[in-house]
Amino acid sequence: MSEMPGDLLYTKEHEWLRREDDGSVTVGITDHAQTALGDLVYVELPEQGMDLDAEGEMAVVESVKAASDVYAPISGTVEAVNETLADDPERINSDPYGDGWIVRIRPADAIDESELMSPDDYQALLDELDA
Amino acid sequence: MGQKTPLYDKHVEAGARIVDFGGWDMPVNYGSQKEEHHAVRQHAGVFDVSHMTIVDLSGERTQPFLRYLLANDVAKITQSGKAMYTCMLNESGGVIDDLIVYFFDAESYRLVVNAATREKDLAWIREHAEPYDVRVSERAELAMLAVQGPKARELAAPVIGEQWRDQALLLKPFTAMYAGDLFVARTGYTGEDGWEIVMPAADAPATWDQLLAAGIVPCGLGARDTLRLEAAMNLYGNDMDANFTPLESGLEWTIAWEPAERAFIGRAALEQQQTADNVRRFVGLVLEGKGVLRGHQRIVVEGVGEGEITSGGFSPTMERSIALARLPAGDYDVAKVDIRGKLLDVRVVKTPFVRNGKIRVEL
Repeated sequence: MSEMPGDLLYTKEHEWLRREDDGSVTVGITDHAQTALGDLVYVELPEQGMDLDAEGEMAVVESVKAASDVYAPISGTVEAVNETLADDPERINSDPYGDGWIVRIRPADAIDESELMSPDDYQALLDELDA
Repeated sequence: MGQKTPLYDKHVEAGARIVDFGGWDMPVNYGSQKEEHHAVRQHAGVFDVSHMTIVDLSGERTQPFLRYLLANDVAKITQSGKAMYTCMLNESGGVIDDLIVYFFDAESYRLVVNAATREKDLAWIREHAEPYDVRVSERAELAMLAVQGPKARELAAPVIGEQWRDQALLLKPFTAMYAGDLFVARTGYTGEDGWEIVMPAADAPATWDQLLAAGIVPCGLGARDTLRLEAAMNLYGNDMDANFTPLESGLEWTIAWEPAERAFIGRAALEQQQTADNVRRFVGLVLEGKGVLRGHQRIVVEGVGEGEITSGGFSPTMERSIALARLPAGDYDVAKVDIRGKLLDVRVVKTPFVRNGKIRVEL
């Protein structure tokens, strides 16, 4: 059973988003994603200030098993990246929704929540994958 | 749903993530691949390798048959229980499979071949065995466990009947013996000491429980892959296949050229290739910076040409990325790897990367 906070938004690519009070959006990969990947050994982060297109490749996470792209869930600009992941990628395994965050994005437009998944929608997707 | 080994329920019980491996539902890890990897380097781990294919050969002309079938020469193993690693080649010298052959006597041998190549192997062996009148029996009713690590033999010894235990503990590397219903071999695929133990399928679950109770850590195919990569042991289908000869796969040491009059399948092609001066090199690589080397990444050797990584990954022991690669002929010790369009520095190193818990390359 994957952990899944109820105050986040999700994507079908297994990213999560948290809307911060200052209007920025923090993004990471879900507990389900980190479990499927296994022990992470390397994270390729985007440059700060880089412009992102929704659904474009934004970062790469590599585990002992495989490399996996992380997609930008929304369009915007990279405001901050989690530099600690360079030396300690396993933070994503141990705390995917906290210390294992990947980037903070300044959204280009108002966020259209209908383009993203609610916790219930995401749970339904996981149930489907398990079936 | 794939085929299941007799230990499938035990894997699920131990919390395994199950993946498809050549048509078999196998455990890839039981939580953390890295922890399983370290357990084998520092302590002891157990792998279910029951998916591998065991083939027993018997008949008066078994030895001449194997001297024709295999690129290494079984006439070199004369002590009962002695094992040998070898390739089985096609007429062009391409590798059909790599395998271990165990000698019992000149009329009786055992082969352990890869699961993914089972049908092709059996067809090839049967076809060539027929003129020699050699009986080929697949032993699908047997299970096999690999216990590996510096503490593996000591911790696993209690599963062997008391009357054979001391003798089993005295087995030399690459030798095997029967111990009642068990077949115990001091072999493995991790670069550590240990045993591979073959047993009747019905006994496997109880043996598994006994090994775990002794403190041996269950390990999945994920750790098996990073361990064998550190030990620079080739994986069939990645590091070699029917398109490449042993000379291009770092396996020249497994070819018995002498005696020159021994005709084995593929010999003529190998002899021809051996005289060429452009045979591709098969080498170990270490990535100098951060990142992960993976199979099929392009390698660029400036002024020489290009090659490809055959298997790569992150070495938990070295905490660096390492790979095996097939590269153009030439005398060089640095190259570049193309990772997502960026050319990063790699260094050519002498393998193995790790052996018996120790890092063997300079970092």
